[in-house]
Amino acid sequence: MTKPKKINEFLYFALRSNKIRVGLTVLLFFLVLTFVGPMLTDYLPDDYIGPANHPPSSEYWFGTTTFGQDVFTQFVYGLYPVFLVGILGGGLASIIGMLIGFIAGYRGGMVDEFLNMMINIVLVIPTFALLLIIAAYLTVRGFLVEAIFIGFTAWPWTARAIRAQTFSLRSRDFVDLARISGMNNLKIIRTEIAPNMMSYLVMVFILQFGGAILIAATLDFIGLGPTTGISLGLMMNNAVLWGALQLDMWWWFIPPGVAIAAIVGALYITNVGLDEVFNPKLREM
Amino acid sequence: MKRYFGRKLFIYMLTFFLAVTIDWLIPRFMPGNPVQTMLSRVSVRAEALEVMYGYYTRAFGLDVPIWQQYLNFWNALFHGDLGTSVYLFPQPVIKVIMRAVPYDIFLLLPAILLSFYAGNKFGAFAARTKWLDNTVLPLGYILTATPYMWLGILLAWSLGIVAGIFPIAGAYSFTMAPHFSWVFIGSVLMHWFLPFASLFLVQFGGWSIGMRNMIIYELEADYSHYLEALGAPRKLVRRYAFRNAILPQITGLALKFGVIVAGALVTEVVFSYPGIGYLILAAIQNQDYFLIQGCFLFIIIGVLLANFAIDIIYVIVDPRTRIGMAGETA
Repeated sequence: MTKPKKINEFLYFALRSNKIRVGLTVLLFFLVLTFVGPMLTDYLPDDYIGPANHPPSSEYWFGTTTFGQDVFTQFVYGLYPVFLVGILGGGLASIIGMLIGFIAGYRGGMVDEFLNMMINIVLVIPTFALLLIIAAYLTVRGFLVEAIFIGFTAWPWTARAIRAQTFSLRSRDFVDLARISGMNNLKIIRTEIAPNMMSYLVMVFILQFGGAILIAATLDFIGLGPTTGISLGLMMNNAVLWGALQLDMWWWFIPPGVAIAAIVGALYITNVGLDEVFNPKLREM
Repeated sequence: MKRYFGRKLFIYMLTFFLAVTIDWLIPRFMPGNPVQTMLSRVSVRAEALEVMYGYYTRAFGLDVPIWQQYLNFWNALFHGDLGTSVYLFPQPVIKVIMRAVPYDIFLLLPAILLSFYAGNKFGAFAARTKWLDNTVLPLGYILTATPYMWLGILLAWSLGIVAGIFPIAGAYSFTMAPHFSWVFIGSVLMHWFLPFASLFLVQFGGWSIGMRNMIIYELEADYSHYLEALGAPRKLVRRYAFRNAILPQITGLALKFGVIVAGALVTEVVFSYPGIGYLILAAIQNQDYFLIQGCFLFIIIGVLLANFAIDIIYVIVDPRTRIGMAGETA
């Protein structure tokens, strides 16, 4: 009886928040575009369809590249990997971070010492540089591989934060009670500890989602993204390599950047909105 | 405090050890023959290629047992030998990198320090000031969400190409040779400004919203309410809040080095700025693995040094670490 009421209350505050409304609208817009976009164009991203260096017109909505490829087509096809790598990479990073954080924080002792040291080490290694040298040696790369790499390198801050929170929860009475009643550790983490930081876990995922998109775009831009297919980062890479700046072809490099900034920005703003809903102290009256 | 530094140093040494090991492992355990791939892009005469092939097989040390390869790798490292670049054959990698490092420091240090200072000051100022909160903060979110390279591209295009104020490639004018004169220094600064500005702006956004959120937390803390109840002026309450809020921001700076380095690498690519990022791009395009690995090691060393600097600063600004209260968690 109490649960639906709580969700209603959450929804009430969530939908009243302008930040969440704006964030979700932008996200929804791009998500719809990802799936509807390819139907709006007759071409494939790599097709050479017509005049080169053509500014946006009614026929070529976002203009064409130096090779005569349609920028709009590349743009809508490039959105899909953004969401794919973001959700998979961000999701994987969140899951690894949560697992390590929960185990380290809950078990304590030697397990914690070891895991904490591991967290601290991976935290210091500039993971982007690590991704660089791994990607450089892999001659065939796909979006899935990229997402997995990002997931396996982006987890440390999450693990650290969740470890700290678990630490403060594990000596509470209700956890002790569960332990005394003979519940196994996994179940205690799942049913007693995790629900108490559900709001935080949701926000962790959102931040990791946005972070993964940015890392993927950066990797693509430097030429170490997937070896086949188009993505927004790759579009920027091509634009810079083939002189879009010098030729004043703004239509080639502006759309991909706008999309990434809008999607990641929307995620961040939604995150702040959620923070205010979960934590009434932060709400602005 | 001794324990605090001891722990930190231990972690850093372990990290360095692991990084070097990874650096050694990757070329050996990735599919394919690195020497073959590396030389497939070089176009020289057949006999020269044979010499290079022999050299690189020996340089990778693939002809001795695996444990010895590993020891040799460390040995070479301590002698400053990171191999020879393929793309700039026959220059040693260490020399190539050393030429690039000053540009990175020149670009990164001011960008990091100034954005940290300005962003935090601004964020503290904007918190709970309604009109600023509503206008500038959304901008801050968009800035942190902007990919570094894209902001670089935008600045290069708008201020460099369209307005024609700033040059968009190189570290100084191509017609000049490095020498000491005002004209040359002017040229260096003009070339430096745009990459600096794009690094500065993205980080500025991050610090200001981070600080704004921290200040709001602190202003809701009991000590702030108590001060307010005592009738302390707004400015004084803010000052206390700021001093508490800056601590997590400093920790945040240490956590962000990886992201900042990544941002600097791609910014250098956009502006053809001859730092390590630009080198890496050239190395990737030419499959110059020695150069990539060398850059990786230098980035690691740089980030470790920066982390250590942060640890020292932390001890200075947070008195609790000095008496050993917060040493373990910081």
